[in-house]
Amino acid sequence: MKISKEKFGQAFDALAADYQIIAPVSEAGGVNYLAVKSFSEVKQDYLNSKLPPKSFLFPQHEKLLTYKKEGKDVTVKTELQVEKSVLFGIRPCDAKAMLLLDKVFKNDEYRDPYYYERRDNSVVIGQACNKISPSCFCSSMGISPASSEGSDIFLIDLGDSYQVEVITEKGKALMAGLQELSELSADEQALVDTIKSAQTSSKVDVATITAKLDKMFDSPFWDSLHEKCLSCNACTFSCPTCHCFDISEEVHKNEGSRVRTWDGCMAPLFTLHGSGHNPRDKKKARWRQRMMHKFNYFVHNNGDIACVGCGRCIKSCPVNLDIRQVIDGVNNAELVVD
Amino acid sequence: MNSIIEDIRATARQLLTDGKVDVVIGYEKGSLPLSATPCFVRSPQDTDKLIWDETCENNLAAFSTLTQGKKAIIAKGCDSRALVVLLQENQLVRDDLYIIGVSCQGVINKKKIEAETGEILEASINPGKITVKGMECDKEFTFAELKDASCQTCRYPNPVLEDIHIGGLIEVAQQAAVFADVTEMENKTDAERQAYFKEQMSKCIRCYACRNACPLCYCKECFVDCNSPKWLTGGVDSAENLFFQAGRVLHLAGRCVECGACSRACPQDVDIRALNRKMSKDVFNMYHHESGISVEGSGALNEYSADDPEAFLVKE
Repeated sequence: MKISKEKFGQAFDALAADYQIIAPVSEAGGVNYLAVKSFSEVKQDYLNSKLPPKSFLFPQHEKLLTYKKEGKDVTVKTELQVEKSVLFGIRPCDAKAMLLLDKVFKNDEYRDPYYYERRDNSVVIGQACNKISPSCFCSSMGISPASSEGSDIFLIDLGDSYQVEVITEKGKALMAGLQELSELSADEQALVDTIKSAQTSSKVDVATITAKLDKMFDSPFWDSLHEKCLSCNACTFSCPTCHCFDISEEVHKNEGSRVRTWDGCMAPLFTLHGSGHNPRDKKKARWRQRMMHKFNYFVHNNGDIACVGCGRCIKSCPVNLDIRQVIDGVNNAELVVD
Repeated sequence: MNSIIEDIRATARQLLTDGKVDVVIGYEKGSLPLSATPCFVRSPQDTDKLIWDETCENNLAAFSTLTQGKKAIIAKGCDSRALVVLLQENQLVRDDLYIIGVSCQGVINKKKIEAETGEILEASINPGKITVKGMECDKEFTFAELKDASCQTCRYPNPVLEDIHIGGLIEVAQQAAVFADVTEMENKTDAERQAYFKEQMSKCIRCYACRNACPLCYCKECFVDCNSPKWLTGGVDSAENLFFQAGRVLHLAGRCVECGACSRACPQDVDIRALNRKMSKDVFNMYHHESGISVEGSGALNEYSADDPEAFLVKE
């Protein structure tokens, strides 16, 4: 089924009255996900956003609670404010990444209220990629440029209209108001088929990487891999699945707040203990951590590789340290026999 | 460029064969179109992977203080100036350093290409021309159009300190330092400038790629990472980001060699250079100083003299 963009836009604008809508917007630094009020603000034709939409669910810097001491009284206030939200135009890689973040923040054992509340109150409208960047490799990571996994509603851009697929009950509820659906023409169906069958040109082989990494903790492979890395967090901050954070106190006189801030394994400050000891004080240990966390530990703990092949880390790296080459390197590394 | 790369490889091969250095820090072909990536060559047979062209944009001096042992480093003019400052500041041992100097025509700023062609699918460099197949369109650029901003104002394309020079020298057309870009910024109203920097700083994600790409940002603990006192929060907004960027620039006063590595490293395309250039202009006008020109000197703000005429100097 399809809906014209004109009709869709009207429904979108009407939704804005009840929902906070986060959508791709063209701004100075590139396309990013921001709150919008109208469909006309949405950027239609772009490869992928510069930064992933994860900061909506998991902000880079977030006040968890605030406190104030007056005399002997201490007041503590939690800062969680959640609006019903629509996340619009979410690419398959980022929708899948949210499913991975769910495994960390809203699993059976533990529910992070900040993440969980936002996630639970949001509807994901995914959108297929009509164009595929040469550094995208999602087809190798169990998804594809048109996979609807993780979306509540999934759209395929047909030019003047969208093909609409309602995936979940949440999506169905949001779509209830839309009455203007019509059948696809034969040409449009052909376009949908083309978009759905598209694969990324760039590919990696992760079939056996987890098992290989099981045996690679002490591999000499890690000795040189990291050498050109500048230890910045351009890769981890642009990654839709990286989720390490740090909790600190920001105190001024008799009041303060407990804040959660993104951390990243590339920086020397990562895992620095209060004692001064740092179990990962060398770039070698940090790069091993990055690869192990994504392709080994996360798989053992959560059953999935924590990389969706969005290619953002490749584009943002100032020294062109390409994770696809690192994956190849792991695959080709010789195992050291004791 | 072909004979230059052959000479670089031969020099690197010889240095490693003779055991004069443990490692040669240079560039190899990167994984993306028009990209080079730093490489560390430790055996003579690996020297053939070294490349040299307009894509060699990183300042390799940034690796000089991080790399153990005796090292040879391929240095453009700006890289050599950074090495000079590092030597002045006793961060490097001259005897452990072998500088393979190469004159530089400037490096390509890929962001200029992508602004027109969209993401680069394929590209080739022919003398003076860069042919690009882009996601949106194909286009042929002249090298001059794509030259990075820092290369356009560069007055030191030839290395200022080197142990061997490869290839010819480049004639420097521009005699006196020109700060037209800074003057343009100064001529804006306060409100315009504030709006400009607010927009630029709003893009910053505090990944610190700029700081880490800078060969002269070698502090063991950067002020932004210090938690006692805590100079700034982990908050990422225009004000906090400007505090970081301005603090970094001030710490580079009289030390910045204007290589532009910070701006090129920025994944968010923040105009960091605008701050650096203003600082360079002020240092140039106040102290008649350009950093990293000669090992004999020291940074404009690194000198202490008991004869300093300033009243604030405490004298016995």
